[in-house]
Amino acid sequence: MLRTLLPGALGLAVLFAWETMVAAYQIPRFVLPAPSAIWEALIADFPSLMTSLWTTLRITLLAFALAVATGVALAVLFSQSRMVEMALYPYAVILQVTPVVAIAPLIVIWVGFERIDLALLILAWIVAFFPILSNTTLGLRSADHNLVDLFRLHGASDWQILARLKLPSALPYLLNGMKTSGGLALIGTVVAEYGAGSGTATGLAWRIVEAGNRLQIARMFAALFLLALLGVAIFFALTLLEYLVLRKWHESAVAKEI
Amino acid sequence: MPSTRRPCRNCKIDYLPQRGEAGEPSALARQRAGGGNKLTVIAQLRGLERSFSNGIKALGPLDLDIEGGEFLSLLGPSGCGKSTALRIIAELLMPSAGGLAWPGGKPRIGFVFQDPTLMPWSDVRGNVRLPLDLKRVPRRESNSRAQAALARVGLSGFSDAYPRALSGGMRMRVAIARALVAKPQLLLMDEPFAALDEIGRDALNEDLLKLWREDSLTIVFVTHSVYEASFLSTRIVTLSPRPGRIVSEFRLSPPPGRTSEWRASREFVETARQVSLSLRTAVATAA
Repeated sequence: MLRTLLPGALGLAVLFAWETMVAAYQIPRFVLPAPSAIWEALIADFPSLMTSLWTTLRITLLAFALAVATGVALAVLFSQSRMVEMALYPYAVILQVTPVVAIAPLIVIWVGFERIDLALLILAWIVAFFPILSNTTLGLRSADHNLVDLFRLHGASDWQILARLKLPSALPYLLNGMKTSGGLALIGTVVAEYGAGSGTATGLAWRIVEAGNRLQIARMFAALFLLALLGVAIFFALTLLEYLVLRKWHESAVAKEI
Repeated sequence: MPSTRRPCRNCKIDYLPQRGEAGEPSALARQRAGGGNKLTVIAQLRGLERSFSNGIKALGPLDLDIEGGEFLSLLGPSGCGKSTALRIIAELLMPSAGGLAWPGGKPRIGFVFQDPTLMPWSDVRGNVRLPLDLKRVPRRESNSRAQAALARVGLSGFSDAYPRALSGGMRMRVAIARALVAKPQLLLMDEPFAALDEIGRDALNEDLLKLWREDSLTIVFVTHSVYEASFLSTRIVTLSPRPGRIVSEFRLSPPPGRTSEWRASREFVETARQVSLSLRTAVATAA
């Protein structure tokens, strides 16, 4: 209860102080709009902002789903063949450490402005992919070696060991990686929208750039607010998923008994 | 009077110091086999050795016959390679030298680790069913066999529980049920009760003896507890510190239906004393 009341009360206090300060010092709208002005902008531009939100959300979710699928598939491949892992892992790391802003222009040119959504998807995927790969790889390796022995003793095939032992062992790691990756997919999409530049992109990030250029700061704040809301929603959705999947058996998800 | 030297009445102890001649097959086994006693050797370990990757020898050479129906304890100090020996018998590890033979064919083997090693994502029933699931036994049959195995270890009502909700002793019982469900002929146990409190341990010792008798199991039991080995075994083999070699061998014939009260008997105390002495001498000589 206190956990929601306390930050809620603080937020309200800050909003109130903000509103009164802006009014008292007569700060111009194009420097710092009052919360009420931001709210008005949000209502006024609601349809166009929602369209942009949907564009950003769609690419984020697609990139995230793609990252989970490819990350898990590659991690499974790594766990089956040490050679493949040795050959590919360094390149996965290089892909991860190269800033996405730096790659964005290249990808956009290659894919073409007429297929800008695909370019955004690729860029967001690059950012979101690595936490899934590294977490799942670690998880697959963390299977209890005594259980592996027990499976072998009872004549389990490699496939049975993967499906019945290694994948369930990796599940908590994967879900944790998904929480990181979900946020990164959104960041990747936003950065890619910035990188893609004018005209073609229609996501929330582009709304911010556009509003900034026109000094519509209230609108900028409104888009920013929606973006933050989206990030929080993604995080909570994935936390809920983690809880639902792990609540029965994993230490991290089980409430203390007695 | 723990120090009485009186020979025991009910238990038969053959005390065979074997220091320096550990390379020989068990003198006692040969003598018994030649003496007309009906002993079926189910496993023969010959010149078994295992070294670490840096070349340091962890175990052996070890010569040992496992006899059908016996409760054999491998007793030795930590790091003497007794767990390694067990893993080699289970064919989970390859020996660096020597070999393992199954004169009557390889038996079905069950293995119980020091930790219960249950799958946390699976309920008790699913854990017990594992060996059957891996063999693709139909679900209906495997469920009823799992239920029966759970009843035998006293956990009938817990098949829907998840491992984390169980105590250490109950988890170990699940692990034993999982080993039993595949109807093993040879059960290998690697210090299974080492982490339990004394009361839980005593209860499990008694229950294990009952299961051993009912199923005519052959059990190879690794422990570092002299008292546990003395209570459970029909034969105790003591091992030296690393590299583990056989120091001596004790053949015991304790009363079949013994309970914890047996621990207070003079015979038990005398066995434990002699085994303990042998172990201490081995450690002292090595140091």
